[in-house]
Amino acid sequence: MATFSRKVKDAMDLKIASGKATADERDAVDSLLGPAPETSQGAERDAVGLRVSHGGESLRELRHLLLPVLHAVNDRVGFISRGAINYISQRLDVAPAEIYGVTTFYALFDTNERPARQVHVCVDLACRAMAGCTENNLPEGSVASPCLGTCERAPAVLVIETGVSPRFEVLAPATRNDIVELVAGKSAGTEQPVNAGAPQTPDSSLVLLTRVGIADPLSIDDYIKHNGFTALRRAFEIGPEKVINEVTASGLVGRGGAAFPTGRKWAAVASQPVKTRYLICNADESEPGTFKDRVMLEGDPFALVESMTIAAFATGCQHGYIYLRGEYPRAMRHLENALSIARKKNYLGDNILNSGFNFEITMFKGAGAYICGEETAIFNSIEGFRGEPRNKPPFPVEVGLFGKPTVVNNVETLLNVLPIIQSTGEKYASWGSTGSKGKKLFCVSGAVKTPGVYEVTFGATLRQLIELAGGLKTGSSIQAILLGGAAGGFVGPEDLDLELTIEAARAAGTTLGSGVIMVLDQTVDMVDQLQRIAAFFRDESCGQCVPCRVGTVRQQEALARLVKSSGTASASVDLQLLRDLGQVMRDASICGLGQTAHNAIDSALTRLKVFSA
Amino acid sequence: MSTQVTSGLQVRKSVELTIDGKKITTPEGSTLLDACRASGKDIPTLCYGDTITPKNACRVCMVELEGSRTLVPSCSRKVEPGMVVNTDNDRTRLSRKLVLELLGSSVDLSLTKNVARWNESYGAEPLRFGSPSFHHNDRDEAITGHHHAPDGKTAETVHQPVKIDNSLYIRDYSKCILCYQCVDACGEQWQNTFAITTAGRGFDARISTEFAVDLTDSACVYCGNCIQVCPTGALMFTTEYEMREAGTWHEEEQTQTETICPYCGVGCALTLHVQDNTIVKVSSPSDHSVTHGNLCIKGRFGFQHVQNNKID
Repeated sequence: MATFSRKVKDAMDLKIASGKATADERDAVDSLLGPAPETSQGAERDAVGLRVSHGGESLRELRHLLLPVLHAVNDRVGFISRGAINYISQRLDVAPAEIYGVTTFYALFDTNERPARQVHVCVDLACRAMAGCTENNLPEGSVASPCLGTCERAPAVLVIETGVSPRFEVLAPATRNDIVELVAGKSAGTEQPVNAGAPQTPDSSLVLLTRVGIADPLSIDDYIKHNGFTALRRAFEIGPEKVINEVTASGLVGRGGAAFPTGRKWAAVASQPVKTRYLICNADESEPGTFKDRVMLEGDPFALVESMTIAAFATGCQHGYIYLRGEYPRAMRHLENALSIARKKNYLGDNILNSGFNFEITMFKGAGAYICGEETAIFNSIEGFRGEPRNKPPFPVEVGLFGKPTVVNNVETLLNVLPIIQSTGEKYASWGSTGSKGKKLFCVSGAVKTPGVYEVTFGATLRQLIELAGGLKTGSSIQAILLGGAAGGFVGPEDLDLELTIEAARAAGTTLGSGVIMVLDQTVDMVDQLQRIAAFFRDESCGQCVPCRVGTVRQQEALARLVKSSGTASASVDLQLLRDLGQVMRDASICGLGQTAHNAIDSALTRLKVFSA
Repeated sequence: MSTQVTSGLQVRKSVELTIDGKKITTPEGSTLLDACRASGKDIPTLCYGDTITPKNACRVCMVELEGSRTLVPSCSRKVEPGMVVNTDNDRTRLSRKLVLELLGSSVDLSLTKNVARWNESYGAEPLRFGSPSFHHNDRDEAITGHHHAPDGKTAETVHQPVKIDNSLYIRDYSKCILCYQCVDACGEQWQNTFAITTAGRGFDARISTEFAVDLTDSACVYCGNCIQVCPTGALMFTTEYEMREAGTWHEEEQTQTETICPYCGVGCALTLHVQDNTIVKVSSPSDHSVTHGNLCIKGRFGFQHVQNNKID
């Protein structure tokens, strides 16, 4: 009787709905979690027919495995069924409703059965501008995707074929006919070499791109031969405090878009009384038009391992995460390879290079949610919750991942640490302008001859960047240039002498954001671009706060009206409405997504006068 | 900072800040909303409930904090010494007006308290986004990251049919503002049942059971604590729903009687809402030390025996 009542009590915790996992689904889950250790953990019901629970506190600590487990099932069978959710529920002690809520948050997951082969066609800004598909004219069997971060080779397609050995392939550029063939099962073939996305390479005199196209991204020996791990060795020599001093002296600011001083962030975490701390590399690069992090991760993955180890050493973090967007298969392969080799060679793990410092890095794969690049949404996503941003304060440096002090840095920010530590912060600060120090990667796409990632010293002008990218395509003239992505703003052909520094962009009423320079020529339909931006923010809003959740829909509706009413008196009503929406989304949204969801549209209305009253 | 003795040995520090030009002293740890209300400001709130940690999702209580780039949610921002706060200027008024318009244009707020008054005081015109669209799109089937492009002729709403799948309460998500209170009450903040969640994303975000199954197939234990915290009438006793449908719900004629639940020894406080000598719904005072507004299925719904006629 005692046993009976215990089970009844446990069973109260978790009510499992109908639906049983298939053998494939169970195997996919078990491949990550190991076999269910006892019958009560997700096995059959007991003889009395009770829904048995499984476990208690130890299982509840596994919630952060929810997204990886969902990926495992999705990669195996292509969708997340009721049975799969039930089984995961039992294995992780998370209620089925909660798992459903998390699953339906991410665009790469689906709770409806779908074919093993999914062809995701980018319909975002750069690809549309390069005659790619739109939501309305997709070849049958393919699905629309937001920016796939392959803008230099637009238009782009990502193929996911689920199964025991799931396959992820990128084809770019992809014609309409290519897409039809991909849907029919044709392979995407071999991708272009990793340095194709960085046309300045190979050139060892470059600072950030120095190894791209020169060192084999899969070989640690090649990395070491080309100056690899020299910064880490120097960091161990000079100690954490001096590392932070150098980074502070360098004037390095965050490259993800917000431009927060990196040294200040590190110092804030280093001074926390709580000793368990986390480092997150934000590689959820999803800003439309941005692909610099992808090129760096594919071309020089060991550099991220080294720079993260330095950051962790400086700030006292024991564990790091790389949060990589799910649409970057090659970057994932190269990073996983780098991590596994670095572990074997003691560049990660315990007592790294006999320094006494222990550090481990976990790969974490996103599942199709732009919002997860927001620094607090990333915490919820890793912890196994819906990727909704948290309220600030408290700030991540005090209360971050798992409630602990956390450093969140973008890929490019971290990579800049290597040249700083290899020489000095002072040397680094000698590059650039008064307000913007060092080297910057720009993602040049659209109507230029050689689109790609370009490294320059802060201070180059927009014109110089376009010239670096081979100049305009023959026959092209500039209609508009999108700076900083969908959360950035448009400038016109008259702004070509704009100095690309944080301060000059701000003074000109625009932003560098994540370094997007998307050149749109006379063939591009600007109204269509604006509507796509509005659709993007509507799709990607997490839905938590009213200004963003409803505001992004009302913004899209107002644009749809303006398409017809532009030039008439009734347009002024909608233009005013958009201004009101813009101000309140900026003022009252919880996070940067809602706060910037009107920026590009605002710039198109005020600078480019796309609509008139 | 000065200190004051509040209760017993506990010493609570006070914080001085400025609200609308007036210096205010308030206990440390209170929120800007507490401070504003204590000094007589009428700050509207929708998603704020006194028994749940604020999710600050509705953004109607935003105030201006000097030095902050954006407005801040007064319901969850804690007071700090020296803060200078403005609760009523053009910026905060536009923000509240827009938020009221955005919600009013997409959600049925007909049963949400104070909304009519706030709409008037902030000049909110929810209809300026176009006439609401009531076509039944099945929101439970929404595909994340995809939507049908609007034509701008109507304003999209969260309209959908009322969910009636059990005899105790109904769910009318056309009235849901996504305040998250029901999810938090069902989940870790009170009940720990986790029968409901927020599903989907963006405008398609919705409160749902797993795979939108009926409550009878879900983990719901019918405690009704979600009904207790729902600020918009989206969750409602079936008795109330049916009476409203029949036009016989007359709240002004109802009396409220406090009593103690007769079922077990916990001693939960019940508030019986009575109309025409019949119990029509049961709530519990949110400030009651035993319940904090929470009950179980027996206290919440087990009242019919009181009014069954005895066998003659």
